[in-house]
Amino acid sequence: MHPAFSVIVFTTASGAGYGLLALAGLLFALGVLPPQRGFGLCVLGLGTILVTGGLLASTSHLGRPERAWRAITQVRTSWLSREAVAALLAYIPIAIFGIGWVMLGRADRPVLIAALATPVLAVVTVHCTAMIYRSLKPVHQWCNGHVVPVYHVLAVLTGALLLNALLHLWGGQSQLVALIAILAAALGAALKARYWRFVDTTRAASTPETATGLSGMGKVRLLEPPHTGSNYLMREMGFHVARRHAVKLRRIVQIAAFAIPLALLILASLAPPIPAVFAAVIAAVSGLAGTLVERRLFFAEAKHSVTLYYGADAA
Amino acid sequence: MTSYTPPAEGTRKLGLVIDLDTCVGCHACAVNCKEWNTSGHSAPLTDLAPYSRDASGVWFNRVHAFEAGSGEDSRTVHFPRSCLHCEEPACVSVCPTGASYKRAEDGIVLVNADTCIGCKLCSWACPYGAREFDEEDGVMKKCTLCVDKIYNENLPEEDRVPACVSTCPANARHFGDLGDPDSSVSRMVAERGGVELMPELGYKPVNRYLPPRPKKTGCGSGKSAALEPAFDPAAMHPALRWLDRILTR
Repeated sequence: MHPAFSVIVFTTASGAGYGLLALAGLLFALGVLPPQRGFGLCVLGLGTILVTGGLLASTSHLGRPERAWRAITQVRTSWLSREAVAALLAYIPIAIFGIGWVMLGRADRPVLIAALATPVLAVVTVHCTAMIYRSLKPVHQWCNGHVVPVYHVLAVLTGALLLNALLHLWGGQSQLVALIAILAAALGAALKARYWRFVDTTRAASTPETATGLSGMGKVRLLEPPHTGSNYLMREMGFHVARRHAVKLRRIVQIAAFAIPLALLILASLAPPIPAVFAAVIAAVSGLAGTLVERRLFFAEAKHSVTLYYGADAA
Repeated sequence: MTSYTPPAEGTRKLGLVIDLDTCVGCHACAVNCKEWNTSGHSAPLTDLAPYSRDASGVWFNRVHAFEAGSGEDSRTVHFPRSCLHCEEPACVSVCPTGASYKRAEDGIVLVNADTCIGCKLCSWACPYGAREFDEEDGVMKKCTLCVDKIYNENLPEEDRVPACVSTCPANARHFGDLGDPDSSVSRMVAERGGVELMPELGYKPVNRYLPPRPKKTGCGSGKSAALEPAFDPAAMHPALRWLDRILTR
């Protein structure tokens, strides 16, 4: 599948944003975070910017962005519609939480309820995003049980890395946040390894034979494509795009998204404050960069069944 | 509405039956499809850079050629590919705006160009590559089964079939109601063992493909394959040879 830049940025940024907001809500309610309003502004501001920027980026790949509002109407069947609605609903607790913490400096009942509702709606939104891909039967590398957990864990990981970096920059530190990030990095590495093993060892049920209905005649090969040039299907679903270097890119993901953050977080919790700040910030940057590569690979390694009509021998 | 009730047994399921035995791969169906539809329901079928080497455009019908089997038994099969108007169209259920819909009365899957936001998710959801994005219009386009032709009372009745069907010189394309077991297309599917494409995905396509008939071996007549002996004057009776010489003069 063509790795559209806007979609890669969207899923990475909004995942990190929802992860950050979810952890902020949960840990604020537990009283773990510094209560200062300035810190609240940094955390909730960054989270809101990431989520909103991601959503705006996703509309830039629409053919008719001015009609985007129509996407909230089909929640009964469409995961994309559900994602849009969940994303909009999530702004309600985020706004109450933000106004309560940042503008009023309060931590009373309504603010705590909003703080606890934030992770719920964040998880629902990330789940809807993942399900858009998970539910597409023509793409074997997406339509499997490994996809949704990876989306959730990467959202928690990038969110925790950002929260950890902000905590260090604020002059504080939370063993709990670092521990969440470390666990998410370890879990993420394991889940991605499992995903890649699945992708490498299984094949789509569809073949050139089932795609043409010629199974009874033996092996089916493309003799002549319908045209000499390119078309929308070949560009959007084409299998030649960016699958080169997949092995190297997988290694980069494992190192940048999981190994470096893991090592730096352990280092940060042991190091004196100043180096610890650097370690925490680099861990967050590395985690986000690794996640961007992971998303790009998620698209580039996905093969759509329509490629079977254009010469692919397996999808 | 994106969600829809699956059609009850006996409702009309308009679709195509494509005979892979007789299709000669002439592309006339694809060309006539383009010609009709570029001024039809989903018009225009935009072409980008049409006179350059990178020409690329929207087509509802594309004709591939495959080689099936190996050695002596291998066959070249021309394979027209277009929307199969599935009974379980994921392209419709993934649509976030309701622009994609399946008509209850005849099962035709269409796109409302006025409400499509061009998110392209339907084209990802279609395993058959039936949907093509119009970059100029910013909306998705697809085969309409010539909905503006098959019900058009201004046309003579025999012309009220999809453009690809009326133009096919090999009579490889047939149009009808696949929901009616007694229709000519349903009978054809039953007789020839018509197949659905990628049944494993569960989209329940309405269109059917008739597989190539088994290859005949030997001479078509089924009689002895021996030829007439070659003409050899030297082997003839002298009298006949003389007669042959006189007559050839």
